[in-house]
Amino acid sequence: MLSSLLDGLGILGTSPEMLALFVGFGLVVGVLFGFFGMGGSFLVTPALLMLDYPAPVAVGSGMAFVFGTAVIATLKHHDLGQVDYKLGVIMITGTTIGIEAGRASVYYLESLGLAGGIISVAYVVLLGGVGAMVTRDALKGDGGGSVDHEAADQDLSEYEIPDIAKRIQRTVRIPPMVTLRGDVRVSAWVITAVAFATGLLSGFLGVGGGFIRMPAMIYAIGVPVPVAVGTDLFEIVFSGGLGSYLYGQGGGVNLGIVAPLLFGSALGARIGSAATAVVDADGIKIYFGGMLLIGAVAVGIGEVGSYLGNPTLELLGLVLVIGAAVVVAFAILYTTIASLRETRRRATTAAD
Amino acid sequence: MPGLEVPTWDPETAVLIGTILLEAIVLYVGYGGLERLFGPYLMRILVGGEASAQ
Repeated sequence: MLSSLLDGLGILGTSPEMLALFVGFGLVVGVLFGFFGMGGSFLVTPALLMLDYPAPVAVGSGMAFVFGTAVIATLKHHDLGQVDYKLGVIMITGTTIGIEAGRASVYYLESLGLAGGIISVAYVVLLGGVGAMVTRDALKGDGGGSVDHEAADQDLSEYEIPDIAKRIQRTVRIPPMVTLRGDVRVSAWVITAVAFATGLLSGFLGVGGGFIRMPAMIYAIGVPVPVAVGTDLFEIVFSGGLGSYLYGQGGGVNLGIVAPLLFGSALGARIGSAATAVVDADGIKIYFGGMLLIGAVAVGIGEVGSYLGNPTLELLGLVLVIGAAVVVAFAILYTTIASLRETRRRATTAAD
Repeated sequence: MPGLEVPTWDPETAVLIGTILLEAIVLYVGYGGLERLFGPYLMRILVGGEASAQ
């Protein structure tokens, strides 16, 4: 009974080696997600593309993985009272339409035989762009590019709305106006536009879209950082769930990929999240930016290898994208343990 | 481009997505329990004392 269920869901169709690879990769992705608050999930789809999974399976399974990860993270943020459900419901409406438009584009491009190539190119641009932005911010030392853990722990009353958000709130006053947590008053149309744009990206690339939606919620809508984090995750549960369902109907969700990835990432996210209390994220952010840039190069190399029919180049691309993530995850773990041991040593010396 | 698709009820896909949802909840609760049970022991092995990582 159990084996027939697992077989029907695709688990038994995955070899033990691949299951182990996915659990390990999930662990690495989870550490990155837990530590930086973003970024792990959009390494999954390109890795699956390089493993020769069809584009709808790579994107659909990537989205199902994002859905599972968001469920786990939302449970945690709900406990902390950091979810604005009114904002979440409006965001869900705009994102749903955006996701469907993105998903329809993937299937249309797949029917033309162009999906794999165009999605890979979009990833090169995306990873390269975000990677360059994070690296630049890390070099400047202003801490931009990912979730600010200190800001995320601030009280809502201490939060100051960014100037650009204030300007948008004053300029765009098309009714209906909505009042959000932290006394933010903004047009529902601004929220819908932000939601549609990020939904389109999610549906096309199979990513949660948090790394675009988070800054958009903070800078375009003016939502306090802790509420943006919690609401974003709440919204991803719905958008990711719906996207996964639609991809699943077309056979695009492979549980043999998603289940082991989630198994590893749920543990990794706990480790990464705990590490934020010990290690300064800014010190490691430059590696994160470098990892994204290497990811962009790796996807490019893999795509050239695929175009030329050169398996060595395809393998090199896969090794680079997984290797870069592994190196950064180990850097986080190593720094965390070293910091803890140093703290312990100082405490022991002081006690003596 | 194909028209926008309205989701239709598909029991097999619903079981698939429900399984992922269930796995996520089980992992959240399960890993939370394991962390409480073995966290201090693991910290003693890694750090040599119960230094707090939280």
